[in-house]
Amino acid sequence: MTIGLNNYLILSAILFSIGLYGALAKHNAIVILMSIEIMLSAVNIAFVAFSRFITPTALTGQVFALFAMAVAAAETAVGLAIIISIYRNKETIDANKIDLMKW
Amino acid sequence: MQNNFVCLIVLLPFLSFLIVSLILRPMFRKQPKIAGYVTITAVAASFILSVITLCKLIGSPDHVLKVADINWMFIQNGVNIHLGLMVNALTGIMLMVVTTVSLMVQIYSQGYMKDDAGYHRYYAWMSLFTTAMLGLVMANSLLLAFMFWELVGLCSYLLIGFWFHKPSAANAAKKAFIVTRIGDFGFLAAIILLYTHTGTFDIATLQGMAVSGALAGWVLTWAAIGIFAGAVGKSAQFPLHVWLPDAMEGPTPVSALIHAATMAAAGVFLVARTYPLFEHSATALTTVGIIGGFTAIFAASIALVQNDIKRVLAYSTISQLGYMMLGLATGGVAVGIFHLFNHAFFKALLFLGAGSINHATGTFDMREMGGLRKAMPKTFATFCIGAASLAGLWPLSGFWSKDAILSNALDKQPLLFVLVIITVFMTAFYMFRVVFMTFGGTYRGKQHLHESSPVMTIPLFILAGLAIASGWVNLNGGFNSFFGSGTTHSVLEGLFGIFKEPLPWISLILACAGIFLAYAIYSKKWISAEALGKTFAFPYKVFYNKYFVDELYEGIIVKKVLMGGLFAAARWFDSTVIDGGVNTFIIQKVIVKNFFAGLFAFDRNGVDGAVNGVAGTTLAAGKTIRKAQTGQLQFYGLIIGLGIIALIAGVFIFSRV
Amino acid sequence: MGQVIAFWIFAVAIVGAALGVVLLKNVFRAAILLITCFLGVAGIFILLSADFLAAMQILIYVGAIAILVILAIMLTRELSIGSMSNKFKIPAFIIAALFCAGIIWVVSKTNWQISGTAPAATTTSGLANQLFSKDGYILPVEIIPTVLLATILGAIVLIKDKKK
Repeated sequence: MTIGLNNYLILSAILFSIGLYGALAKHNAIVILMSIEIMLSAVNIAFVAFSRFITPTALTGQVFALFAMAVAAAETAVGLAIIISIYRNKETIDANKIDLMKW
Repeated sequence: MQNNFVCLIVLLPFLSFLIVSLILRPMFRKQPKIAGYVTITAVAASFILSVITLCKLIGSPDHVLKVADINWMFIQNGVNIHLGLMVNALTGIMLMVVTTVSLMVQIYSQGYMKDDAGYHRYYAWMSLFTTAMLGLVMANSLLLAFMFWELVGLCSYLLIGFWFHKPSAANAAKKAFIVTRIGDFGFLAAIILLYTHTGTFDIATLQGMAVSGALAGWVLTWAAIGIFAGAVGKSAQFPLHVWLPDAMEGPTPVSALIHAATMAAAGVFLVARTYPLFEHSATALTTVGIIGGFTAIFAASIALVQNDIKRVLAYSTISQLGYMMLGLATGGVAVGIFHLFNHAFFKALLFLGAGSINHATGTFDMREMGGLRKAMPKTFATFCIGAASLAGLWPLSGFWSKDAILSNALDKQPLLFVLVIITVFMTAFYMFRVVFMTFGGTYRGKQHLHESSPVMTIPLFILAGLAIASGWVNLNGGFNSFFGSGTTHSVLEGLFGIFKEPLPWISLILACAGIFLAYAIYSKKWISAEALGKTFAFPYKVFYNKYFVDELYEGIIVKKVLMGGLFAAARWFDSTVIDGGVNTFIIQKVIVKNFFAGLFAFDRNGVDGAVNGVAGTTLAAGKTIRKAQTGQLQFYGLIIGLGIIALIAGVFIFSRV
Repeated sequence: MGQVIAFWIFAVAIVGAALGVVLLKNVFRAAILLITCFLGVAGIFILLSADFLAAMQILIYVGAIAILVILAIMLTRELSIGSMSNKFKIPAFIIAALFCAGIIWVVSKTNWQISGTAPAATTTSGLANQLFSKDGYILPVEIIPTVLLATILGAIVLIKDKKK
């Protein structure tokens, strides 16, 4: 069988769902961050797959994936800074315990 | 119409009133004396004009001056009210009385009221009073007379209550006004009765109708009695006499002018003015006589035991007014008015003398006086002259007029004659009791005594001269003939011929006896006053308490009958019947109230319910939905995911991609 | 043929690693498996003829981000709880499953217009052209550094020791 676009897209979907589950269902804030990275990676795979199979010569998808990577790096840095800062103040990185914005 | 100058007699004092009240009081506060000068000038001018009027009257036929009148009110169906002046013999004499006494009193007041704070107010009211009295004596219609009558009453109220911050003065003013008002009610009723039956207010016309008989029967009698009721009030006859003694709360010159000489005499004047009506109604005339005679002895008996000089003089006035009424009833206008003429002068003199005494001793209570003869010789002399004139000693003025009344009373009303002859004795006694208690013996008080200043003593002298001489105008019967009755005879005939009759002798003896008794008790103390008081304890108590008339009026009539009974009934009627009726009517509005209640319920439940419901729902929704804000990030993420799935599903369901 | 095998190896590796990241209790091991995941993704990129991107993936993700994550784990060690699931386990699973199913269904339903052109051998020059040429994405290229600058500053501010 040939590996078609669908394969890559399905792989991307599964990866994204796993990342989504991890983002919604874990206590540890760092694990949530890691899940978000997984989601971003899944999206990159989808971009590159589209670029390869639909417009191979115009590497638009790859360019987008590149930018996504840059942004992901930046966002991870800030997110970790926030987590460390919260850890300093509250001695915990349990995402469920950070609920000051409640009703 | 060269007689129009008589208008000035009334207008000049009125002008002075306006000047004093509107110009002098606001702008010349610091120079109060100007008010006095203005008033005196105006009254003096009126006096001069009155003299001229009198001279003209003596000269003119029928002793009447024609003065133009003005057409005041003209209403369609025949109501035609004229206002004007009527100048006849009666008017002329009254003008003289009023202007002379007023002038003397105004001059005297310059000294008496010298440092009073209400100086302007005093002269303003005095001017107004003079205006009103002069207007009254000159009015030619009952309506105009009634207007001035009321104005006189108002001025009396204002002047009695002159020192209004004293509650006794304020109450006295109120009492005077209310009691005279009761009389005025009768007067007004009489005016209306006459108008409805004759269609006119004009006095001359009414007199003519009475004489001709066009006005007769019950109308005439009741009208005359009504007019007399007004006179009873103003002239303080029994039973409306209670205000005059209390009116002594006012300043003494006021008492002299108003309550001795003029206003009190207004009642007598009114009866004299409308005399034809009384002449032709025997009942009315008899009523006048009876009340007059009874009042004379009644008041004299009270005066016997009073300790306040002014009270004695007040009761004396009441008594003398009774004399005048009796004179009118028995002898006619000339007799009554002659006594009024004389009485005005010597009573004013006596009052002013009492004021002079008060100036020196600071009190009116005779028990704190005595021995003033040496300290105040001028006052003593003039006071004695006045007292002697009042007692009726020959040849002073009081003798002539009193004698005329006595002889007429003997002829017409023998019963009343007995009363008044006793009164002669009493009058002499109480008057000289005053003289001996005040001027005789030694001074019982503590003040520093001095004679009054000339501005006060000169009027006393003038009035004393008049008190002596005013009776002499009738020596030749001139006064009577001036009024159209009696004949003239020579002066000597009048002076000494009087003793041909026995009556003058009797009255003279009684007067001297009274004087002697007073002398015995109060000067020589041969008989002790206290012992007499104990012997006659019951009469003494009755006289001293003024026959308990005041207690009757205030305690029983006012408190029980009126306030307790009549007014309480009226109040009950108003509150129960009228207010109850209104409230019942309102209860009928319960039907309406149901309607209103329905509206009210609709508003409360429906409208407010809707508004509150909306608010409540919003709040409840908020309360519920706020629970969604848990603050937990992953919860939000979950909902976002749910939303995305829902969106995708929705897109697919509705667009069938 | 080789591609097919490679793909399946990489695919299984990625999915397994991802599951491990999400399900493991030990955070440190989750971090290591994350690195494995990233390496697998890089392999996928190579299969998709995105060589430059694969290199970038390893450089950035593995070299920077994963290290950073390990650093953060070490700085915020919570030995007691580790990495546990919270109360949204089941709803999250449902949503993730639904989402996955939905995407897969959409993907399989869509008619992709697959072009038959062969991809370039090396993509670097192509990317460079795309990024820096006249009609390229030069604007984002300039903006990204700004974002990175803001990120650096923000991170420094957040991390700075407040107790002065």
